[in-house]
Amino acid sequence: MKTCALALLSLAAALSAQSPVTFDRILNADKEPQNWLSYSGTTRSQRYSLLTQITPDNVKNLELQWVFQSRSLEKYESTPLVVDGVMYTVQNPDDVVALDAATGRVFWTYSYQVSPDARPCCGRLSRGVAILGETLYIGTIDAHVVALDAKTGKAMWDVEVGKAASGYAITHAPQIVKDKVIVGMAGGEYGIRGYILALDAKTGKEAWRFYTIPGPGEPGHESWAGDSWKTGGASVWVTGSYDPDTNLTFWGIGNPGPDWNGDKRAGDNLYSDSVVALDADTGKLKWYYQFSPHDEFDYDSVQVPVLVDTVWQGRPRKLMMWANRNGLFYVLDRVNGQFLMGKPFVKVNWMNGFDERGRPMKLASATSSKDGTLILPGNQGGTNYYNPSYSPRTGLFYIPAWDNYSSLFVKQDQDFVEGRTFGGGGPRPTTSAPVAPGGSNFRADDDIYGAVRAIDPKTGEKKWEFKMADVTDAGILTTASDLLFSGGREGYFFALDARDGKLLWKATVGGAVRSGPMTYTVNGRQYIAVDAGNSLFVWALRQ
Amino acid sequence: MKPSAICLFVLASGVLLAQHEYAATDIENGARTYTNNCVYCHGPEGDQIPGINLLQGKFRRTLSDDDIARIIREGIPGTGMPAQNMNEGNARTIVAYLRSSAAVPASTVAGGDAARGKAIFEGKGGCTACHHAGGTGSRTGPDLSDIGALHRAVELEQSLIDPGAVVLPQNRFVKVVTKDGTTVTGRLMNQDTFTLQMIDSQDRLRSFPIADLRQHSVLTTTSMPSYKDRLSSQERADVVAYLVSLKGAAIKGARKP
Repeated sequence: MKTCALALLSLAAALSAQSPVTFDRILNADKEPQNWLSYSGTTRSQRYSLLTQITPDNVKNLELQWVFQSRSLEKYESTPLVVDGVMYTVQNPDDVVALDAATGRVFWTYSYQVSPDARPCCGRLSRGVAILGETLYIGTIDAHVVALDAKTGKAMWDVEVGKAASGYAITHAPQIVKDKVIVGMAGGEYGIRGYILALDAKTGKEAWRFYTIPGPGEPGHESWAGDSWKTGGASVWVTGSYDPDTNLTFWGIGNPGPDWNGDKRAGDNLYSDSVVALDADTGKLKWYYQFSPHDEFDYDSVQVPVLVDTVWQGRPRKLMMWANRNGLFYVLDRVNGQFLMGKPFVKVNWMNGFDERGRPMKLASATSSKDGTLILPGNQGGTNYYNPSYSPRTGLFYIPAWDNYSSLFVKQDQDFVEGRTFGGGGPRPTTSAPVAPGGSNFRADDDIYGAVRAIDPKTGEKKWEFKMADVTDAGILTTASDLLFSGGREGYFFALDARDGKLLWKATVGGAVRSGPMTYTVNGRQYIAVDAGNSLFVWALRQ
Repeated sequence: MKPSAICLFVLASGVLLAQHEYAATDIENGARTYTNNCVYCHGPEGDQIPGINLLQGKFRRTLSDDDIARIIREGIPGTGMPAQNMNEGNARTIVAYLRSSAAVPASTVAGGDAARGKAIFEGKGGCTACHHAGGTGSRTGPDLSDIGALHRAVELEQSLIDPGAVVLPQNRFVKVVTKDGTTVTGRLMNQDTFTLQMIDSQDRLRSFPIADLRQHSVLTTTSMPSYKDRLSSQERADVVAYLVSLKGAAIKGARKP
């Protein structure tokens, strides 16, 4: 009881302080679970909250507190931030809104005028903002980074970091490391040459740039035939993670281009479909691991790296866990990139095990073709940009998964034209069970389905799953009270018991959940927030 | 030859002015619409395009009110002047603003020194106690980081001398007294039937349930003092020069024509 009162006091103090969000606070975000200071909650990106007011016993008493209806009909894939009672979120494509986190009332709105040149593949949207000090940062779909005064929404600087007319775009929340803002370029469907860059948080001046496709003379350049490296894509779609002990920033890299025809880009196509570990001060590559060499199935590594410190085969180790779009779950040593384990978490037919160095053994038949090749998982992957979660309490890794899912991969000849899509073919639905977003669902039980799938990361074995009739694009949040929150395309948002997957509560939100839920407290009251459809919904326990 | 031409022009626009009455609300709305739509190319003084001074009635050829409204709405093909997605009424308010401004002399403060003005702004003038500009100062009062891109020198000078003359609704202050007797004052950011949002004097974003307040009132007067006697005319000119120089680094990139 006493500790509870103390906790409340310190919460109240934090609220009245509204102190600047130093990088130290971001690093130690789990010491202030009332706040959500970066896209994935912490730099480890586990999406695991220490808040415990809402429990498996009382979660049935959740009550809708407020809704923020955006003025955009675009789908929402964002996660808000909450800092000392103030919520910062996006309004697609690139507006930023500051709201009272307890009532949803608006303090200010920043409207960003997007260039007509913007042409992002896959949604005119932003997945969120970053904060450092009293400044917010957003990357825009016309490849600008804008700094805003968090108190007033006033723009402080705005720099163009990519050419929108050539297909460069930013769709993810920036990452803050020390005094830098780090972003990566989307545009892999337009034949860009991807890069990650760090800007000085104060001025917007470029501090370093890492090309996700090595240039002439750099190691890895030989993994691209001819001039294919110039248009090879390898974009960034989601925010990276950061490890202060090694000062490494980790980023998932997207597919090589053209997506579905690898004929003119013979080789492994580094660092497409890889994780890269960069020195956060210099942008120098420390190590990489490529999940899908020479990909023709759009298997972007568009996942947030999840960092876990735990005992691995008898000794404590600094790990990285990763459920990849290619259908496999991986455990890597994040200090040196060593491959420790890789196992399918959904049905996979493109590979058959790993060699001793952790390179997947791809089947000779696993290549796109003129007539179409049936591959599992299909084009959207076994999972995608959807946020996974790891709970240190249950020791389980939770994946928004699509199972029994296949596509026919068809290749076509295509020449590169700057600013035009550069796919080289495309996926076709398989006959039995196409995925039709928003349409009626006629699938049989054994056809493709979506699930929240809990696996034991030490073995890769499935512990339980919560099966849905439709597929899911929803991220996952777990809490220290063993709750798991997620949703799906059907328009439900629900709570499961993180230990066994039992359904404890659900709400109808009238639109697909395609974003990562988050939680925070204001004045000691815990809230759960998620974007669904094009609105933001917030619940708390009935009072 | 040149002075007389200008003379004639001023006379001509004076004649035009005499033909029209512009409602005060139209002029005010027109100023706002001009700031939102025109200022990024034409500048707050209307003189950023060579050969044109919108606020002094100087166009490339003689234009009637109808001509100007049409150009605003349809643009001028083959030039940088784009068509604005604007109804006739809104275009007419801009015309009212341009015509009425032509009747007002340009700034009387000349010879100001922006560097000296910055020192006064951050020192003797005490402006940063309420205003944010150049990366410093409180955000309780209006943020002035891009004020020079939005307002004319003559308007800024007027605000220094008579700050209460024009207080935009978004710059109003609000005072609340909580049930425990605490008084909090700040700039009003939003309000509804049940809640009220402000930024208080310590730069905190605050939200109050109205049911928890003993009283609350929106202040339509300003808390800013007049600088008519606090600063010399040279010092005011310096401050205006500094304010005019604040163009807001952000704006150019964010708003592409």
